[in-house]
Formats: sequence, C-alpha cells, structure tokens
Amino acid sequence: MYRYDAIDATLVNERVAEFRDQTRRFLAGELGEDEFRHLRLRNGLYIQRHAPMLRVAIPYGLLSSQQLRVLGSIARRYDRGYGHFTTRQNIQYNWPKLEEVPDILAELATVEMHAIQTSGNCIRNTTSDHLAGVAPDELEDPRPWCEIIRQWSTFHPEFTYLPRKFKIAVTGAARDRAASLVHDVGVHLKRGPGGEPGFEIIAGGGLGRTPIIGQVVREFLPREHLLSYLEAVLRIYNREGRRDNLTKARIKILVRSLGIEEFRRRVEAEWELIKDQDGLRVTEAEVARMRGFFNPPAYRPLPDTDPAAGRETAFRAWYRYNTTAHKIAGYRAVYVSLKKPDVAPGDATDGQLELVADLADRYSFGEVRVTHTQNLLLADVEQEQTFELWQALAGAGLATPNIGTLTDMICCPGLDFCSLANAGSIDVAKLINERFDDYDYVYDLGEIDVKMSGCMNACGHHHVGHIGILGVDKGGEEWYQITIGGAAGADASLGTVLGPSVAKAAVPQTLARLLDVYVEQRHPDERFLDTVRRLGVKPFKERVYAAPAAA
Amino acid sequence: MPRRLLRDHRIVVDDWRYAGDPEIAAGAAVPGTAVPLILNFAVWLTERARWEDYGGPLGVLLAPAHAVEQLAPDLARFACVAAEFPGPSEGRGYTQGRLLRERYRFAGELRATGHVGRDQLFFLARCGFNSFELPEAELEPARAALATFSAAYQSANDAGLAAKLARR
Repeated sequence: MYRYDAIDATLVNERVAEFRDQTRRFLAGELGEDEFRHLRLRNGLYIQRHAPMLRVAIPYGLLSSQQLRVLGSIARRYDRGYGHFTTRQNIQYNWPKLEEVPDILAELATVEMHAIQTSGNCIRNTTSDHLAGVAPDELEDPRPWCEIIRQWSTFHPEFTYLPRKFKIAVTGAARDRAASLVHDVGVHLKRGPGGEPGFEIIAGGGLGRTPIIGQVVREFLPREHLLSYLEAVLRIYNREGRRDNLTKARIKILVRSLGIEEFRRRVEAEWELIKDQDGLRVTEAEVARMRGFFNPPAYRPLPDTDPAAGRETAFRAWYRYNTTAHKIAGYRAVYVSLKKPDVAPGDATDGQLELVADLADRYSFGEVRVTHTQNLLLADVEQEQTFELWQALAGAGLATPNIGTLTDMICCPGLDFCSLANAGSIDVAKLINERFDDYDYVYDLGEIDVKMSGCMNACGHHHVGHIGILGVDKGGEEWYQITIGGAAGADASLGTVLGPSVAKAAVPQTLARLLDVYVEQRHPDERFLDTVRRLGVKPFKERVYAAPAAA
Repeated sequence: MPRRLLRDHRIVVDDWRYAGDPEIAAGAAVPGTAVPLILNFAVWLTERARWEDYGGPLGVLLAPAHAVEQLAPDLARFACVAAEFPGPSEGRGYTQGRLLRERYRFAGELRATGHVGRDQLFFLARCGFNSFELPEAELEPARAALATFSAAYQSANDAGLAAKLARR
C-alpha cells in the first residue's frame, strides 16, 4: 500500500496544527459559527443530532492492520466503542468531543491517516473497487491511480471552495463495484484502440434529490493526461456550477443543463489549453513509482482446492457467500460481514476492529479493505486457512453468511444520528432482519441489493438498490417509499417508485410481497433485478397494494 | 489611520482607492488626477472611454461571475486586478486568479477582497494572489498563515512548493 514520505507526513502534520488552531479560535470565540463550519467540514467534522460526527478518510478503502488498530483504539477512547463504515469506504465516529478532535487527528497522523476533505464542498476521498489487485475480472489495478488522484486533489488550491461536494470513483474491472456511474466523476481504466493504457471518463452521475446516471465525457484518454483532464472538468465545474441553489449545485445539474455534448466541448476546450503543462502530466516515472507501492504480496505457489468439501453446513454457507474468487490460485478474498441482524449495518466495535487487524496480520498480509457495501474484506487469504479464519470471525459476530443477499443491506445512520434524516433506517434494517431470518429462503432469493436512506440525500444509495427504501416524514411519522429496479454496477439504473409510501411496520411485509412475485415469476437463474426489468413494476405494484399490509 | 493590507508578505498602507469609495464619489479623484483607482469591471466595460485617459494607475474589480477572458484584451491597462469574494463559500476567484497569472501572464497586483480570512490565504496565494484586504487585527496572523503548509502536491503559482514534490 502507499506509504507516506516526508512530504506527505509534513502536510498532514501541518494540517493537524492548522485545525488545532482553528478549533482553539472557535472555542475562544474568535471564529464565528459559520466561519468555523466551513473549516471543520474540510476536516470531516459535522455537528450532528447528538454530538459532533467525525468522518475519517480511508483512501480507496485500503487499511494496514496498524491503521485499523488505531481506528479501534480511537473508537474506544474518544467514542462509545464503535465506528460506522460508509458507502464511500470511510469510517465515522458519532460521539467525539469537539475539543478532542485535534488530538484524534494527531493520532491518526501517526499512522498516515487524516480526515482531510471528507466533507465540505471540495474533492472528497477517492473511492475504488474493494477487490482491486485481486479480482479475476480486472484489467489493471486502479489503486496507483487512486493515489495519484488523492495527492492531486489534496489541498488543491483552486478547488477548495467548489459549488458543492465532488466525488471521484476509479475502477479497473469489468464489474463496477464502486458505483462509479453515480459519482460526480467515474474513471474507468481502459485500453485504447492500439492497446495503449488510458481511461474512460464519466461525469455527471449522482444520487441525492435528483438521481442521475453519469455519462461518457471522453471515451478514451491516454493515461499521461488523467490529471489535466480532471483539472479541466473541475475548472469548468468551479466556474459554471450553480452557487445560487444548494440543491442544484452538483456537477450532474450542470451536465444536464448544458447537455453532455456542450459540457464535453467546454471541458475539451479547456483541456487543450492545459494538457501539456509540466506539472499536470503524469510521467512514466511517477506511474512506476506509484505502482511500486501496490506490488502483489508474496503469494505462495498453491493449488486451487475446495476447503468447504466435507465441512459443516455453516462453514459451507459462509464460504459460498462470504468469500470470492481471487486471481491467484489457492487464494480467496474473504468478506468480514458487518451485517449481523441485531447490529446497525456497517458498525464495528473497537474489539472487532482490533480482532480484524490481528486476523489480517495472521491471514492476509496485514491489509484490510473497506467495501462500498459497508463490509470489510481480507483480500489475500489462503484457501486452506479460510476455515480457521471463519472460526475466528464467527466467534466475534463477523461471519454472518449473507454477503450479496437480502440482508447485506446498505444503510445510512438515519434518524438515530443524522440531523438531516426524516426517518430511521437502522431500526428498519432490524425489522427486515427479523422478518427474513430464514437463511434457506434468503439464499433461494439469490443476489439482491437492498439499499436504504433516511432522507432524500440518499447516503444509503436507495435509488440504485434492486430494492430501495427511502424514509420520508409524513405528518411527523416515519414512512417509507419503496423503489425497485435500481442498480449501481456497470448496468446502472435508477429504481422506479412503487407507489404510495408505507408505514414503518409494513416495510418487511411489503418486501415479502415483492419477493413473492419474484419467486412466482422468475425464470431459472434470473436475479430479482432482471425479473423486475423483464416484467416492469406493474405486477409488483399490484401485489403490494392489493390489500393493506399487516404489520 | 489609513487602511493597511497584506501585500507581498508585508503589511503596507493601501495606496489604491475604489471608484465607489465615498471620498472618490465626492470628487477627490476624477479623471485627470492620479490616485490609483480600482473600477468595477462593469463600469470599465460601459464607461471605458471616460477612463482611457485617466492619469493614474487603474485597477479593476472582478465579481465572481466575470469571465477573465473578457478582461484579457484590456489587461495591460491595469496595474491591479481585485477579485471579490462575497461569501465564505465563494470559490470562483481561485480560478480567476490562476487564469490571470498562468494563462494571461498578468504580472501586476492580484488582490483578494471581501470575505477573505487567514484560513484561505495559503490557497489564494497558490492561485497567484499577492495582496489581501483584511481587518487590521487579522493582518499579522494572516501573514503567518501564508506559511501554513511547507509543501504542495500540485503545481500552481508557486514554483517553490511544487519543486519540492518533483524532487522526491
């Protein structure tokens, strides 16, 4: 993984000093609430419903075991013993004290971590495929490019006060596991007509109040030009993005109002003027230097085996659902499920974080990844060690065998923590888990993405869930609007609203009716999503609203 | 006490006046006198003939929505360009600064005015701003804030910081 040199360390330490002084000025009354808000947001600090919330950056979801241990220790000493992983591969602490945040940031800096630009109207943490470097369907490891973008975007002087937040996702595989089509910019590693390496550039995707799938700005960009092209996109956005209306300020609105052709024309015209600037060209030496940080670990030559053969049912189920193929023979990538039925999706305790760090050291070359779907991943586990690993994970409540299934829900913190939320999401996840506690049934349903947001800001990506659940406020009560047919991958689509929203207690029953239609109508091996795409919303809608749902 | 500002890392008396200042509006500076004067860009565009022969140095004040491309043909006429930051979330001036310096090679005074505090100065300076209007009490802390960071990841308007990066 990337390791800091003196320059990276200096910058992060100087940032801690800067924020310590800003916090001191705020607490001393020298900085107003509004002034400080702009500064604290750039350091990941929100003021939430109950307390401040600190979002710590996990660049493209990659952590060393040492970093994970520090995250666990911070959860214990500065929070209430847990952290929450987000769809953008970051971790959030819900209970830090404002005056202690500079100390937390200083501790993070000791392990090459920070909370820089994890909120505010600036370029956010660059996210990527959690299977980067190990996925069999990968063209090339995207992480060197993520790090190149991370550095370029960190403290970029021109783009620190954008019209709105700006999120970039980079993928290098056939399957898009980073939801790049619903990012402000998606970068896809690609080969050009002559086999030369480069990128496809997508822009204008996003969720929130106005969900839009990103469009292709440039079909092929030679790789040396990545930063100049991003700079051109950002410059057009910084100049022309709307600043008069917060809900129309994302780049997706600019792209939509100009049309993709005109947006492209403006970006290309700007790019022509800057593409040969020295500082923006990514040199071969820099590519080689960055790649050096992401060399494959020292894999042992191993045969492919079936470690599940002859083992107990519980392990076989876990192996099937919570591990996935690795490009190296004899290895598996292993999900650490943070979707235990009675725990808020994406939450992990201090002890769990430290245990996963130890397991990473023992079984996976000391590295851990955070997935977009709010789980953790040990990417490089020997197949023959998966049984031992499973036992250790199961002992800590981290082996719920549900990855990719109905109960592997994406879920925002909702009304319990977030000051923006209209409705709870964690408790709805709990209701769904209680209703669908029969694994045989859940497995029979196959791959289903359920995504839930407590408000239209869509942190839980409900628009792109096969089943999406959106919390709405109806006369002071929590109700839920259901969408079906959304998808976040390379075939991204936005879900269709089923009909009137349903009461909280009726959400599980509503899902059950949707799934009944699917089970009755599906073709062999057809996913729920594909059945919805084939049949349309109508039969699902008819069933759901045929009779009032019993709670 | 005359208004002071931070220019080229020094705290100095501001020798410029805005055309809209009360003393100016009252006639202390009219065409033919020589007070260094900053005009609104909109005024320049509509009353340009009136100011062509102004005896003193001229500056121009850009609002965030003004395109520097429109100013570029007249840039040689101005010794100072001021960019206005009307609120704490305004960021277009950063692009105006870089374009003026890097694309149009503006070598005069590039000034940030409006909602500008010490916490923005490092970034503004990297975008080419060399002068900053701040409340008197902020001037000294702001000068120190120009050195908040001693390195940078991007090339911008300060060869020194980026050169550090190139050497690694």
